[in-house]
Amino acid sequence: MIKFQLNGKQTEFNGDPSTPLLWVIRDEKKLTGTKYGCGIAQCGACTVHLNGSTLRSCVTPISEVSGKEVTTIEGLLSSKVSAEATAVQRAWVAIDVPQCGYCQSGQVMSAVALLKANSNPTDQDIDNAMAGNICRCATYQRIRQGIHDAAGTLTASASSNVKGETA
Amino acid sequence: MKTQPKARTHLGIKTFLFGVLVSCATPYAVAETPAKQDLQPVSAFADIKNEVTRSQSIFVEMGKVIQHPRCVNCHPKGDSPLQGMLMQPHQPPVMRGPGGTGMPGMQCKTCHLSENVDVVAQAADIKSIPGDPAWHLAPTSMAWEGKSLSDICAQIKDKKRNGGKTLQELKHHMSKDTLVGWGWEPGEGRIPAPGSQEAFGQLYVAWVASGAHCPK
Repeated sequence: MIKFQLNGKQTEFNGDPSTPLLWVIRDEKKLTGTKYGCGIAQCGACTVHLNGSTLRSCVTPISEVSGKEVTTIEGLLSSKVSAEATAVQRAWVAIDVPQCGYCQSGQVMSAVALLKANSNPTDQDIDNAMAGNICRCATYQRIRQGIHDAAGTLTASASSNVKGETA
Repeated sequence: MKTQPKARTHLGIKTFLFGVLVSCATPYAVAETPAKQDLQPVSAFADIKNEVTRSQSIFVEMGKVIQHPRCVNCHPKGDSPLQGMLMQPHQPPVMRGPGGTGMPGMQCKTCHLSENVDVVAQAADIKSIPGDPAWHLAPTSMAWEGKSLSDICAQIKDKKRNGGKTLQELKHHMSKDTLVGWGWEPGEGRIPAPGSQEAFGQLYVAWVASGAHCPK
């Protein structure tokens, strides 16, 4: 029996401990926002967060997440990174980042993890963080712009909070 | 070594096609075909009477490991790791980052877990994802890529470039460290470093005991 947190709720998996986390998320827990792309940790479509860091769920045996906290695209807005997730969601909608959309949940998971660690990333920071997320529609320019826009929202929000505290 | 269950069929044709497209677009490492090398035991050098020559000869033997792609790939001269026996740039193109553990949003542990994992997909050249709890790049002061064995030897002895360790303290790194040991247990589809970590550790101890002389 493997016990872990999934999107803030305690859950368990009673099966082969080598089963990939992605299988458990999609087939057992019916959370299909996380996608299967390549199955070899090369494309990033299966990206989730493990204790707040990005993780390729297609190559992660479920035994690796025992006692840990897994967040998928479905739980992002109610997670500890809800501010970053909200900013990314709004930016993504505002400039229509996705085309076919298949890779986008993975892109969003990586973008949110980047913004949590670095709220004002440069183009190079973004390229470094997103290098493992492939988009066959080549929406890379809009992904980068979306992250910049989300960073702007976060910066404005932080600035507003500081003004509120000093007023 | 963990084995994965077969991919379930109801992931759908869309998923399959996406995988095919990604496979075509990604420059995978070339399959590793050379056979694993042996490592001579310490006893093979016992007949060398001159201690300096014996010490140098032992380090040359250690060089089979030190200069093996399995080791040099994570001791690169740049800010990105290498991979495969041809020492090609790592795919995806990752960067060193703080502490050699990757960049925010794309850390080593995003893909490299606590142990090797066989992949689910039927990839021609990637059979497993390497793993160790402390997966990271060696610092640039410990870069071995492109250096002669003599230069690497001097580097290993230099506390300013070896993490401030004495040769005795490095014994654990060479003979017991699990990340170093990964070189001999690199997972499905990869050729291990020559010999074994135990044999390499014994050579290291013998090299230090004989004066730690570097080859010219």
